[in-house]
Amino acid sequence: MRSITLVVPFMKILLFVTCYNDTLFPETGKAVVAVLERLGHEVEFREAQTCCGQMHYNTGYQKEAFPLMRHFLEVFHGGEVICIPSASCVAMIREHFPVMAKDSGDPALIQEVNQLLPRVFEFTELLVDKLGVTDVGAYFPETVTFHTSCHSLRSLHIEDKPLRLLKQVRGLTLADLADSDQCCGFGGTFAIKNAPVSTAMLSDKMACIANTNAKVCAAGDNSCLMHIGGGLDRQQSDVRCMHIAEILAATEAGK
Amino acid sequence: MTVRVGNAAQAPEFLESSKEQLANSQMRRNVRHATDVIRTKRNRVVAEMPDWEALRESARQLKEHTLLHLDIYLAQFEKACTQAGGKVHWAKDADEANGIIRGIIESHGEKEVIKIKTITSDETLLNPALEAAGIIPYETDLADLIVQLGNDKPSHIVVPALHRNKTEIRQLFIEKMKLENLGDKPEDLTDAARRYLREKFLRVKIGIGGANFAVAETGSVCIVESEGNGRMCLTLPQVFISLCGIEKVIPKFSDLEVFLQLLPRSATGERMNPYNSIWTGVTAQDGPQEFHVVLLDNGRSHILADEKDRQTLQCIRCGACLNVCPVYRQTGGHAYGSVYSGPIGAIITPQLQSMQHSQSLPYASSLCGACYEACPVKINIPEVLIQLRNKVVENGDSPLVERVSMKAASMALSSGSRLNLAQKVAQVAQSPFVHDGKIQKLPGFLGGWTDSRNMRSIPKESFRQWWAKRKQENA
Repeated sequence: MRSITLVVPFMKILLFVTCYNDTLFPETGKAVVAVLERLGHEVEFREAQTCCGQMHYNTGYQKEAFPLMRHFLEVFHGGEVICIPSASCVAMIREHFPVMAKDSGDPALIQEVNQLLPRVFEFTELLVDKLGVTDVGAYFPETVTFHTSCHSLRSLHIEDKPLRLLKQVRGLTLADLADSDQCCGFGGTFAIKNAPVSTAMLSDKMACIANTNAKVCAAGDNSCLMHIGGGLDRQQSDVRCMHIAEILAATEAGK
Repeated sequence: MTVRVGNAAQAPEFLESSKEQLANSQMRRNVRHATDVIRTKRNRVVAEMPDWEALRESARQLKEHTLLHLDIYLAQFEKACTQAGGKVHWAKDADEANGIIRGIIESHGEKEVIKIKTITSDETLLNPALEAAGIIPYETDLADLIVQLGNDKPSHIVVPALHRNKTEIRQLFIEKMKLENLGDKPEDLTDAARRYLREKFLRVKIGIGGANFAVAETGSVCIVESEGNGRMCLTLPQVFISLCGIEKVIPKFSDLEVFLQLLPRSATGERMNPYNSIWTGVTAQDGPQEFHVVLLDNGRSHILADEKDRQTLQCIRCGACLNVCPVYRQTGGHAYGSVYSGPIGAIITPQLQSMQHSQSLPYASSLCGACYEACPVKINIPEVLIQLRNKVVENGDSPLVERVSMKAASMALSSGSRLNLAQKVAQVAQSPFVHDGKIQKLPGFLGGWTDSRNMRSIPKESFRQWWAKRKQENA
């Protein structure tokens, strides 16, 4: 294995694993911990953490989302860097926390949100922008295509950060995904409330994935992947869905 | 006051109508093809503009400023237009607008009108109102003519017959225009339409249109179009009537510089519209000698009152958000049950109706944000959609099962220990549904998921359980 150049000295990183990764995709959280620890950083998981409130907020339940934001602010108070392996939760925090704080009319809350935002990083943003690394020492000998979630594309403007990370993974062949700016059709509760349209959008996305001949479809959002993977699984496709953290966590030693 | 947006108040919920549209594979192919073509053209002519983002921001600021001072600019427009020989009418709702227009036509003893494409008149249901009074409206825009001849409904703000292909249109013309030997080339179809319309342009004495922009400073009205039918309607008739939403006013003539760069590029992917008509009141011996503007509220001032959702009224009806919307591209426009379809329709239709109807529309979006990115006046459509969803919930109009689930979820998420408990309960409670490590069928509203997608089962150990164990081991 090639040596890893550490650009940034030791850092204590708070992990907000997100409620659905915590419950449904624990392997993603473990992978984030593995990558960050391998790079020499310390990860802290504050067990009081729960949810950013995105599902409630985006479905129209702002009243229920508000206490979740307050709870988030309390839990992550004082931390230097917060890592979140979910672009849509980061988008929730960056776009809607300031709106909720402003609506509350509480100056202390507004200030708290303002102080929070610069400390929040999506997982690939943290690696590339904050830690300055693209080679995390990973080995993953598969053909992989990458699904850019709408939130990472249009809210986070993630650009090619995930792709730069994947290109440094040894053994990995990256396959371009056509129409990568098209929504996969997940959209939170949209996937249930308007399941027929959501499914039609998913069909288009699955056709694009099939055309890549990739064996793995990766993304920075397990929410999209739960939807895409659920569709692929129903079709008995042999394409696996994986969070990008799990690919970056894989090594020769662990194969 | 009775606000009406076409027949939207009677339309079925989006979920129901989208199912019907999704089953129409020919229509879906037509919509996919047409939106692909327009999008590609739009992207090309937008990419060549070095100051596109600055133009969008200028347009947003101009519209925002105008909406905040709408009372002043409307009064200024009325004064300037009147001084130039026009007559300005104020209509509080659809019926009042239709009544004013009918009155003008009847005062001339006319029984026919020629129309330039105006979606605002579809909003007020002007054509049926005129027909009920014995007045025949002739649509002269090719797509609107196709919709009218086919007793169809518009499916796109800019391209109303986008859901129809060439073969379908040829068949319609053969039937309705009695042209048995009609060829199948696009030129044959436009030639047939031209002959059909030409005699109406020359005969009918009253024209009706909308307004893309109404200039407060000069009292001018601007209509842009591609076919020249608008220019015919604006020059040949003796009387012209503009039905204009109150949000269409802009402060100065020079503001057109911004909008006339943004609109054609966003709407049809053209650098400039082939026909840009701007006229001011009445000019002796040139064009219609009688000019009326009907300023329509029909729920707009209600939207104006909401600080966050007001941006909806910035819309210049370019349709760019429809062409990029992954939902619209699957369902076409009819699924929205309104003359306004796509993302902008999903926010404008329920708001015009004071959130009393069309409440399923704010949920007809995956919130992907493509609409906001394409919007030339920077309406943050996803943000407005979320605000409207909140209004639906606050009004108590969301489904009971959803409300209960959301309450339960917020309880479970209120602390780390409660979430831990909920995870442990779910790990056990899911077992009746899990087969081979996956869930293929869920009951109730969750069945929407498993109709087409498997659900992975909840792993036996959550992340937090793993972390707690790891911490203990390392301690």
